[in-house]
Amino acid sequence: MPTLVIAFVTVATLALAAPARAQISDGVVKIGVLNDQSGPYADITGPGSVTAARMAVEDFGAAKKNLKVEVIAADHQNKPDVGSSIARQWFDAEKVDVIVDVPTSSVALAINQVTRDKGKAFLVSGAAASDLTGKACSPNTIHWTYDTWALAHGTGSAIVKTGGDTWFFLTADYAFGHALERDTEQVVLKAGGKVLGKVRHPFPTSDFSSFLLQAQASKAKIIGLANAGADTINAIKQASEFGIVRGGQNLAGLLVFISDVHALGLEKAQGLILTEAFYWDQNDATRSWAKKFAERQRNAMPTMVQAGVYSAVLHYLKAVEQLKSDDGTKVIAKMKEMPTDDSLFGKGTVRADGRKIHPMYLYEVKKPSESKGPWDYYKLRATIPADQAFRPLNEGECPLVKK
Amino acid sequence: MTVFGIPTQALFGQLLIGLINGAFYALLSLGLSVIFGLLNIINFSHGAQYMMGAFVAYFALQWAGLGYWWSLLLAPIVVGLIGMTIERTMLKRLYHLDHLYGLLLTFGCALVIEGVFRHEFGSSGLPYTMPAALTGGYNLGFMFLPTYRAWVIVFSLVVCLGTWYVIEQTKLGSYLRAATENPALVQAFGINVPRMITLTYGFGVALAALAGVLAAPIYQVNPLMGSNIIIVVFAIVVIGGMGSIMGSIVTGFGLGMIEGLTKVFYPEASNTVIFVIMALVLLVRPTGLFGRAS
Amino acid sequence: MAGAATGYVATAEVPAAQVLRHQAIGFVVMAGFFAAAPFFGVYPVFLMKALCFALFACAFNLLIGYVGLLSFGHAAFLGSSGYAAAHAAKIWGFAPEAAILFGTMVACALGIVIGALAIRSRGIYFANITLAFAQMVYFFSVQAKFTGGEDGIQSVPRGTLFGVLDLRQTMPMYWVVLAIFLLGFVVLYRVIHSPFGQVLKAIRENEPRAMSLGYAPEHYKLIAFVLSATLSGLAGGTKAIVFQLASLTDVYWTTSGEVVLMALLGGIGTVFGPVVGALVIITLEHFLAQLGAWLTIVQGIIFVICVLTFRRGIVGELARIIRKPL
Repeated sequence: MPTLVIAFVTVATLALAAPARAQISDGVVKIGVLNDQSGPYADITGPGSVTAARMAVEDFGAAKKNLKVEVIAADHQNKPDVGSSIARQWFDAEKVDVIVDVPTSSVALAINQVTRDKGKAFLVSGAAASDLTGKACSPNTIHWTYDTWALAHGTGSAIVKTGGDTWFFLTADYAFGHALERDTEQVVLKAGGKVLGKVRHPFPTSDFSSFLLQAQASKAKIIGLANAGADTINAIKQASEFGIVRGGQNLAGLLVFISDVHALGLEKAQGLILTEAFYWDQNDATRSWAKKFAERQRNAMPTMVQAGVYSAVLHYLKAVEQLKSDDGTKVIAKMKEMPTDDSLFGKGTVRADGRKIHPMYLYEVKKPSESKGPWDYYKLRATIPADQAFRPLNEGECPLVKK
Repeated sequence: MTVFGIPTQALFGQLLIGLINGAFYALLSLGLSVIFGLLNIINFSHGAQYMMGAFVAYFALQWAGLGYWWSLLLAPIVVGLIGMTIERTMLKRLYHLDHLYGLLLTFGCALVIEGVFRHEFGSSGLPYTMPAALTGGYNLGFMFLPTYRAWVIVFSLVVCLGTWYVIEQTKLGSYLRAATENPALVQAFGINVPRMITLTYGFGVALAALAGVLAAPIYQVNPLMGSNIIIVVFAIVVIGGMGSIMGSIVTGFGLGMIEGLTKVFYPEASNTVIFVIMALVLLVRPTGLFGRAS
Repeated sequence: MAGAATGYVATAEVPAAQVLRHQAIGFVVMAGFFAAAPFFGVYPVFLMKALCFALFACAFNLLIGYVGLLSFGHAAFLGSSGYAAAHAAKIWGFAPEAAILFGTMVACALGIVIGALAIRSRGIYFANITLAFAQMVYFFSVQAKFTGGEDGIQSVPRGTLFGVLDLRQTMPMYWVVLAIFLLGFVVLYRVIHSPFGQVLKAIRENEPRAMSLGYAPEHYKLIAFVLSATLSGLAGGTKAIVFQLASLTDVYWTTSGEVVLMALLGGIGTVFGPVVGALVIITLEHFLAQLGAWLTIVQGIIFVICVLTFRRGIVGELARIIRKPL
């Protein structure tokens, strides 16, 4: 939840004494965090992403390296025209060099275009659209944390392998839901599973009982939720009411974040299977980072999107340092050249189409009795290795990739 | 046995589910109708007041440890009082003007209320636990009916019919109806019409809050929960005929069932079906199914 | 919304020629302001957005200010035209002028259909019905394939106007938007001051009497409705080309509410009010963008204040003070 303080344009000047370097435009590397500060995605991205970006700047040690870095933030209200006006103004008037995060596919796709036209840099963490590294790929954009393809394939194939071979889809009836359903169905069929049925529900829907009844009647082992946000939360909540999980069927969330699980509570969410790129309780490094994050963020643990913002900004600053320039196109090219390495995502690479590559993880939500306390929510079911986690380079139809 | 390829068993289930949703529609459109009947304004804050009802339930549990049953009593009173304050301080200044100003004012109020809650509580919603007495369910053979949903239907029916009885069959109700027709005359009989108006607005708002408490355990308690449902309820009120008490109850339940059937036969259209029906009804009867000519 | 809040209270006292003269002065001031603003550091993209909404608000004002009908579903026209123009420009490769024209025509057609059904009612019923139709358009836009659902239509090419003027540059685009706005504004102005506009006002003031004089109110109302929808469409199509995208925001009911606010704040039934209202609201949105939910709260408060104490709006109050219609 945003505080007024964070909601205001927050400017963190981290090094004051640094002499301006010739290649850094106007002497400052300016990072603009543009996301949803108050709407449905505020808990997933929002002020937490701003904090993560700040932490990256601090951990990079900008001050010691004589690099002047500023972080500013704004709320795009999930409206593409608002987002693209802010982006244009940031690039034109406020000398912002890189925009990060940007949840909501429509806004991210709009900014993808603006960034390309202006020759700046764009690091996506919050948006899910796999088109950003497909048909809409750009030499100025890197898609960092996850995308619909990765979630669909991760969840779909891993579940079929562990015995969940009959599926029923509850799909939000718009482009995003269709894409999730299509990608998941593909992988379910390929892995030898069967799709027993699907129902397209209007977006948004608050009452899922009718659709859940249809899912229940299908007797499918897995009910795939190809929707997001409040729709997913309501579907899960009502599934528990109608005794779906007790009846032996399992829910698979195709786009669920830890903040959603937190909002639902373990009682309702237990048994849910989902794919994430990051979980705070993975290892010592993630735990200690998450602890620092939570101290600054009203005790909320970071989501994978917020962790992705940290990782992306860190890698960006490393590239700027190496290149001694903040020219958007050049920095992105440099970022693709350099291997990535940070404490949250480990070692990885950035592909020619702008896709950041790292492993993905399949988690199951714990039962209330298994959890040791708040935010202890997941147990690992499978790790999807980096080379299988994302869409193969030649299948994305990205014009930047030479066949 | 099947109907259009759907087993009758499943059909019964869906009709029942539709009836449950209809219970919410009926409660909300009833409140709107009561307000419209006497004040002649469309209460655009109705959705925000429904949301506030759910939040009062949430606060009562979090801060005071008061459970669901207390909330059923508390939320209508608290939100009703807030509503009456709005009526006393703002709405009443507009009665001499075009009724559209009432609509605009309540629209503005709805924006403020929703904005404040969104600012304070974000948008992902807060969980509200179901009361222990209403968990579990019955196996009806053709479907599993959660106890809570059955409770929603029964409770809503009782409240709706009670309201109808009071307004249409009692002396108090007859004053109310008379004031709708000719406030000056009723005032002349020594009845305090302004106070009656305030209480009526408060009562309509209280119905919205009551629906909010009913919704809290099944939906997330969410600042935006009202803005999604209210536009559908507006359409229902138009179909039923604005200001008609029985009309809003019958169309509320009826359209819930029609919507439920659409979810089986053509789920893609389940959001639009009510608006399509509205357009059709208006073509035939511009004042709605149960409305009187204006 | 009869009489109570309109800005031309003084019309009867001022001779027609004088009205024309100082409204012409107002027009020149307004055009000059928009022509000069980009050179005084006002960000042109922001101004273009303001101009699109100003035209939208003017079109909306025709209905509420001169026919007395409050439409709560005008976003349907803004948004559907945006989708049509964006689709035409991106998929069919239409030139920008053709794309905007196509969008405008779609809005016009939609206006005929919705108008024919809605015009039979008035007052609160009319507001409710237009709102419901707008919701149908919204749900259609969410589900239809060509609109791209939540993603919207993105990367719409701005193209070259009439094959000569490259709109990818900011300033040429700005001049085109300004020209479109002024054109729409003049059309509306002419309509309001034509015999047709006089009949509209007569209907608003006293429908039975207008009927007894031999005018068919339904026809006049429908024409005004369609005209309002068409010009809203012109604004929407232009906006889609400027921002190179069409999205669900423009068909959502909050946009319908926003345009009501613009007209109300600027002054319902005044010629310049909607422009001022749009400018204020868009500026507010721009500066409050960082504040998230506060934007909604501030908008709501302005709504309440306007309705309670400021029903003439900014321009309406100004007109009252200088005792000349604006």
